[in-house]
Amino acid sequence: MTKSAREDVIRCEGIWKIFGERSREAMDAIRNQGLSKQLIREKYDCVIGVQNASFTVGRGEIFCIMGLSGSGKSTLIRHINRLIEPTAGSIIIEGQNVNAMNARDLRALRAERIGMVFQSMALMPHRTVQENVGFSLEVRGLADAQRAKIAQAIEAVDLTGWEKKYPDELSGGMQQRVGLARAIAADPTILLMDEPFSALDPLIRKQLQTTFMELSAELHKTTVFITHDLDEAIRIGDRIAIMKDGVLVQIGTPEQIVTEPADDYVAEFVAGISKLDLVTAARIMQPLAQYEAANGPQNISAWSVARPEDKLNTLVDLAVGSDSPIRIEAEGRTVGVVTRRALLRGIQGREEVGTSAMETA
Amino acid sequence: MEEKTFDWLNPFASIDLGIGAWADGIKGWAISNRDLIQPLKIFFEGVIVRIEAALHAVPPVVMLILLTLIAWQAAGRRVAILVGCCLVLLGLLHPEAWGLAMTTLAIVTSSVLLCVLIGLPLGILAGKSDRFESFVRPVLDTMQTIPAFVYLVPVVMLIGIGNVSGVIVTIIFALPPLVRLTSLGIRSVNQSVVEAARAFGATPGQILFKVELPLATPTILAGLNQTIMLSLSMVVIASMISVKGLGNEVLRAMGRLDAGKAIVGGLGIVMLAIVLDRITQGLGRSGRERGHRHWWQTGPVGLITGLFARN
Repeated sequence: MTKSAREDVIRCEGIWKIFGERSREAMDAIRNQGLSKQLIREKYDCVIGVQNASFTVGRGEIFCIMGLSGSGKSTLIRHINRLIEPTAGSIIIEGQNVNAMNARDLRALRAERIGMVFQSMALMPHRTVQENVGFSLEVRGLADAQRAKIAQAIEAVDLTGWEKKYPDELSGGMQQRVGLARAIAADPTILLMDEPFSALDPLIRKQLQTTFMELSAELHKTTVFITHDLDEAIRIGDRIAIMKDGVLVQIGTPEQIVTEPADDYVAEFVAGISKLDLVTAARIMQPLAQYEAANGPQNISAWSVARPEDKLNTLVDLAVGSDSPIRIEAEGRTVGVVTRRALLRGIQGREEVGTSAMETA
Repeated sequence: MEEKTFDWLNPFASIDLGIGAWADGIKGWAISNRDLIQPLKIFFEGVIVRIEAALHAVPPVVMLILLTLIAWQAAGRRVAILVGCCLVLLGLLHPEAWGLAMTTLAIVTSSVLLCVLIGLPLGILAGKSDRFESFVRPVLDTMQTIPAFVYLVPVVMLIGIGNVSGVIVTIIFALPPLVRLTSLGIRSVNQSVVEAARAFGATPGQILFKVELPLATPTILAGLNQTIMLSLSMVVIASMISVKGLGNEVLRAMGRLDAGKAIVGGLGIVMLAIVLDRITQGLGRSGRERGHRHWWQTGPVGLITGLFARN
């Protein structure tokens, strides 16, 4: 509902990245002759990193890009702050074309409006925590004037008291918190997170995800978050893009990705994902009229009641308490019925034939 | 000239490109253009003489204590004791040994200073540019392997005998490791850290001075150490073109088959080498390896600042 009101902060249009000395020729060949990846490699000795990627990220949104290693997701995110030049396509940040910027404007953009967190952390080993966090302020000659900002960022990631330590004195999780603090110290509008938690062990990863989500709720940064972990993407992302071999296969909300996978590749990915906290009642309910046509008139006032946006988890709780189906009510009106059968199928991730709300709506 | 017939099996005997004569022509040009070089020579001579005078002006005991303190600061207490012992031994070798060592130290210091001024920028350039690296590498190979006697003559023709020629000859031999290791140091900086610096809006200059050079420092200091060692190994050859000091003692001893004198000069050079090597190696180990402290918190300076901090 807020999506339409959101302005686009990042807009990527038709980004291609071809690696190789003859990337220009290869690009033309793809445009004019529609050569395949295979042929491009054979004829031009070029590798396609990103293939025609377009997406937008709204203000305050967390946009996850999910893909396996080698799918081009780290290449794609580096186009946003132009660490990598696209072979074709353009990146527009708050109305400004990043690729048309001169070196000075680009540096200002990177220092003031974009914060980045790296999988390898990439902290500077010869600088203390404080000096690392203040780096983007320091390159603009502001480190001393904005001590308070640095302290604030360090506090936000719970590292107060560690300012004078060097990165190699910190644990992996703490190092990445320094990375996070460094990214938010200059109070940028955009955060680029390149697999920030992948190198950490599961428990620490979960902690950092929580830290990040709390920070994110508080700071409302527009975020592009790269991960190879679908659970993480679903946990964190407002929207998810699935990337495979340089192509954005599907872009959608976590629920859309899980319930309506665009192809077999995505379907295989989401197969193991728990639907309990993702799928809503609206998706599995059938109209009351259809239910009564099949089972005769019902005393619906005795049934348990849920709302269309309630997740399967809530419905399971209701179903455990009574044997009757669940009535779905919106704005005081009965909009549908969820049977036990539909609920169980929903948890499985399969839809009952003929009961989908989409077909009758 | 006798007429030679061309032999396919041994073509080289009958081809003479005249490279030797051509190079001799350069020598001739150098001699006829000596006046152009003279102002530069006088300037450098002045610098070397001043350094030498300064080193001689300090009384040996004060110099000994000073060098020991520097070693303590740079490399810790144990190295300081070693350096102190070496210096005492150097002084005891011969009544004149200390003075000769200071003369040699002045030449070495001047050479190393110039090496740093020339080598550091070249090394950074080579670290940044593959093309420059591939150009400079054969030049460095040549500088390191060509026998010193080959360039001794042209340098003397151009500049004349004396300290300045000695310094130039030393630089030719001692410069390469500094350039090579500076380049290596810049190249082996973790690229993800450089990328992070770029991502936070650092200019190329800021990346160089705030990231690359600090991270390359241990490697660069290893190069400096090698440059110093090579400078010392050149002092005997440099003494052939009338550079005074310990090297000259060795050379003269060789001429007179005076083994005792040769040992005095030779051991003096070794002592000086140990002192300079340990001090620069100490610099190479970062302060953080010694317990994450800043250099001013350790050694003699640490003692003094500690005293002030307590008051």
